[in-house]
Amino acid sequence: MKHLLPVLTVVIALLAVWYIACIPMNVKEVLTTAERAGVPIDPPSAAERRDMGHLALVLRNTDALGGSWSQDRARLPSPHQITAELWKSTWEEEVNGRRGIVRSGSLSNRSLIYHGWITLSATFVGFLIGAGLGVLLAVGIVHSRVMDMSVMPWAIISQTIPIVALAPMIIVVLYSVGINGLIPKAIISAYLSFFPVVVGMVKGLRAPDHMQLDLLKTYNATKSQTFWKLRLPSSVPYLFTSLKIGIAASLVGAIVGELPVQRGGLGARMLGGSYYGQTEQIWAALFVAAGMAALLVWLIGWLEKRTLTRMGMLT
Amino acid sequence: MKTPVIQAKDLNLTFETNDGPVHALKGVNLDIQQGDFVSFIGPSGCGKTTFLRCIAGLETPTGGSLTVNGMSPDDARKARAYGYVFQAAGLYPWRTIGGNIRLPLEIMGYSKQKQAEQVQRTLELVDLAGFEKKFPWQLSGGMQQRASIARALAFDADILLMDEPFGALDEIVRDHLNAELLKLWDRTGKTVGFVTHSIPEAVFLSTKIVVMSPRPGRITDVIESTLPRERPLEIRDSKEFIEIAHRVREGLKAGSEV
Repeated sequence: MKHLLPVLTVVIALLAVWYIACIPMNVKEVLTTAERAGVPIDPPSAAERRDMGHLALVLRNTDALGGSWSQDRARLPSPHQITAELWKSTWEEEVNGRRGIVRSGSLSNRSLIYHGWITLSATFVGFLIGAGLGVLLAVGIVHSRVMDMSVMPWAIISQTIPIVALAPMIIVVLYSVGINGLIPKAIISAYLSFFPVVVGMVKGLRAPDHMQLDLLKTYNATKSQTFWKLRLPSSVPYLFTSLKIGIAASLVGAIVGELPVQRGGLGARMLGGSYYGQTEQIWAALFVAAGMAALLVWLIGWLEKRTLTRMGMLT
Repeated sequence: MKTPVIQAKDLNLTFETNDGPVHALKGVNLDIQQGDFVSFIGPSGCGKTTFLRCIAGLETPTGGSLTVNGMSPDDARKARAYGYVFQAAGLYPWRTIGGNIRLPLEIMGYSKQKQAEQVQRTLELVDLAGFEKKFPWQLSGGMQQRASIARALAFDADILLMDEPFGALDEIVRDHLNAELLKLWDRTGKTVGFVTHSIPEAVFLSTKIVVMSPRPGRITDVIESTLPRERPLEIRDSKEFIEIAHRVREGLKAGSEV
């Protein structure tokens, strides 16, 4: 709770900046609306206004800016408009809406709960694949020099390819062999999340120093005993750190995977919003994604704390 | 005369480095008998730790012969002939004290019941009974090092190799642990190889003091202690103790003048 005050201060500062930014961002549309309502605008012709700077328009029409925070399809919708959209596309849609879960028995395809769940399930599956693959690769890299020399460079190269360029190809290729729906998105998501897990796990499995390894040698321990009794437990703190990065990357991967397909999910919702100029919808989806990422990272952090406490490694 | 437990004949170990060969050990001859407490003392780089690691089979000599219990050091290691104590306790933070002592027993495939017995017994031996369920961070440095000695004793090896085990501890704790170690050695009759660079520690503990010097790493003097087996801490003020310490100091000086 001691973080409450600093966090709240930052949030309030951000909101203030946001509300102020709404004025110049939306000024042209706001002035047009005001003009239609009969308010005199300076300069009076739309053609002149088009070529003017946003700030200059704001300064010349300070008394006609009342609509800055309530504009429909604003360039920058204000926080309360986004909050209203969030409420409308979650609670209102599901509880009071004709297609909501209360009346129809299934989630409405216009609600963020429905889309969030689609993204979340792809994130989970992708994260499981990515983390599992990452751990396996790390074990291989630590135990085999050949894998160390061959896999690691490719793992690094794989991350230099922009995922937005690769995602449509993965989807098309998998579609042509009859795989669609959740799996292609999960694979894109796994593609992003395996890398931090590999790097963290390799570091973790190599964390035991010479003395620790010599000690096991004096017991004539086998390689697998060394792995299970020393390397694996030593790697646990490193694993959790990389899982936190990995799960956030998984979410990004799932969203990117939803952009080209338009069959639901937060990514589809964001792109759909931008097609139809529904900025509030984009922002609402963005906030749901951010909230989900925070929740997932917190979840891993909670697991980390529990695990390390049980292992006696957290004092 | 009995055959020695550890026997080195003309032992050499040369490391190849970019600046040419480094003679870590050259022409080392030494017999260690059953029940001896042998200290290796000398300045850094004299090969005392390297020699101990050779005995443990952690380094491979490049010349001469070395036997442990009549076997090669590597076979002796595989037969779990010795327990090794490092300078740092190196306890696993995720295991309790009992769990740490159980580690070698698990690896060596002791039965659950036998494991529990051995842990209890060795904990009592190092005066840590009742600390089985504590985690390492809950213990002081001296207690952690005692736990690491217990871990080396847990599987009943006849030889105990210790590489500056009390080097990182303060003098008061060190004195206390030295006295405890002597008692433990007296009770168990183990053969101990002990690396140190403290002259009083070497004289107080040992039946045999091996003085070594660097470049090349070699033995310059072997001193058979005339002190009785029973040694209270006050023995360090006796004339005999001071004489032996003096001889060790002379040996170290002679070694560094060459």
